[in-house]
Amino acid sequence: MEETYEFTKEDLQEIEIIKAKFPTVMPATLPTLWVAQRRFGHVEPPVQRLVAKTLDLPESHVHGVATFYTQYYKERKGKYVLDVCTTTSCQLCGGYKMLHYLEDKLGIKAGETTEDGMFSIQSVECLGACGYAPMMQITNDVYVNNLTEEKLDKVIDELKEGKMPEFESVGMPLLEKRNI
Amino acid sequence: MAADWKSFEPVLIPDIPHLEKIDVYEKNGGYKALEKVVKGNDWTPESVVNEVKAANIRGRGGAGFNAGLKWSFMPKPDGGPRYLACNGDESEPGTFKDRKIFEYNPHLFIEGALIAAYAMQITTIYVYVRGEYHSWIKMMEKALADAHEKGYIGKNLFGTDYSVDFYITGGAGAYICGEETSMLESLEGKRGYPRVKPPFPAQKGLWGRPTTINNIETLANVPLVINNGADWFKAIGPESHPGPILYGISGHVNRPGVYELPSGVPVMDLINDVAQGVRGGKKLKGLIPGGSSTPILRADQLEGVSMDSDSLREAGSMMGTAGMIVMDEDTDMVDMLWRISHFYHHESCGQCTPCRDGTGWLEKILLKIKNGDGEIRDLDLLLDVTTQMEGRTICALADAAAWPVRHTINRFRDEFEARCKKSVHAVA
Repeated sequence: MEETYEFTKEDLQEIEIIKAKFPTVMPATLPTLWVAQRRFGHVEPPVQRLVAKTLDLPESHVHGVATFYTQYYKERKGKYVLDVCTTTSCQLCGGYKMLHYLEDKLGIKAGETTEDGMFSIQSVECLGACGYAPMMQITNDVYVNNLTEEKLDKVIDELKEGKMPEFESVGMPLLEKRNI
Repeated sequence: MAADWKSFEPVLIPDIPHLEKIDVYEKNGGYKALEKVVKGNDWTPESVVNEVKAANIRGRGGAGFNAGLKWSFMPKPDGGPRYLACNGDESEPGTFKDRKIFEYNPHLFIEGALIAAYAMQITTIYVYVRGEYHSWIKMMEKALADAHEKGYIGKNLFGTDYSVDFYITGGAGAYICGEETSMLESLEGKRGYPRVKPPFPAQKGLWGRPTTINNIETLANVPLVINNGADWFKAIGPESHPGPILYGISGHVNRPGVYELPSGVPVMDLINDVAQGVRGGKKLKGLIPGGSSTPILRADQLEGVSMDSDSLREAGSMMGTAGMIVMDEDTDMVDMLWRISHFYHHESCGQCTPCRDGTGWLEKILLKIKNGDGEIRDLDLLLDVTTQMEGRTICALADAAAWPVRHTINRFRDEFEARCKKSVHAVA
């Protein structure tokens, strides 16, 4: 039997705020899918149907959008999704090495989820952190920059304890500090 | 060429602690340019457009079109809605500059967008930021809320009859949404399929209404032009492509990062002085100057080249987003090019056959060469595929996928041939 999903009162209030930004309801599709994914952890077809029903839009439209964008999880993922960037700058600076280290450490391949449902690993396209390569993003949230094996060990240990890394500012290389 | 770049004081991201806080921004003269133009002290919407046009702020999103000229394409107000869509999608490999503005000087961008909106008589602004920039979207939400609270956004700005709404919305992972019409589709809540042009967004943009699309860094330059004048702006860097530039330097350098310097800094100065040279004392092999779509240059092509559109065109490349990717002598060009092709194949929206299939073929053939199964004739096949893609699609993604393949093969042909010769299929 299909699982049933319902938005909470708070979710519905958030969706109303989103809808008020736009002259029609359709533009609320992407942000409402985000609300749904944050609530349920994924946007499998029953969740897509809930979004369609809530916005009074065709299910086919919501399905089309959900499947077009990579950040929506069309299948269930682990509690933490580790998106390791392997595009050009990260590739050049060891992104694949970091990806393979994680794969070995967690005993799964990119695209898979650990048996305990804790971690999924994905090899992803450019995340726009090229100067801090190699890097990864955790479950569509914080960026972890300048990855090393030691840093990955620490992050995984902390995530196991439920500790999400803090936002890490990489700073601006300001003129007087450049030593030019 | 900006020979005096070493004495340049950053203006987009100046060294002022906590400039992201609205009080600090105001104390440093923030929102004064907006007040001046909206109150109409010596400014009319038309004169703002003309000043920006005269300054020749060339679009920092990659295309490099004169921003003021773009604004002047907006039709006269007809009483209906018209929009400004700020492009903060920033997904081209090598490009990571706009989020520095979101993080360190968001109000400069907000003020620039508000001035742009006033100049074009626009009453609704959207800023579209890639979904991956979750932390920066939160920062921008805060900055917008603060600006709203202070009365810089909303009803009757500075007691005038000009009112403006300003919203932020995010994507959800699709490089194509950085293409301007694809961004509009995504903003409208659809799959990010680029639109056929014409009609151009100035005629028919968001919800079929006149819309101007500008990059974040482009808009951040606007208050600087209003405060200091077009002549001041034009005096920074080369005349044909003036102003401060956020250079993103990544790859095999000792000190990668985003650096604000004048346009036109010599490429070798950026690598050797600003980024402190190639890592591990290795030799430079190649450079992608402005994001992954801009043609790669060999180290021996970089002598005397500066980061501005004319100099880079002469050298056989483009300025793009000034997101430079530096490669050392050990870089495997076959692997590197395969990964770029993988990116474009992954990101093709699939709407046009030459792009959908072409990007797939490029990746497939490059993977074959990378795996040691390539034949020399595959190189010519690759070049042939690029010519069948370029200029034959709705948007420029096919071109962006074709250029790296064509130029990397042409400029590093020996390396590709050597890899093919390893193959059992190679002709002696």
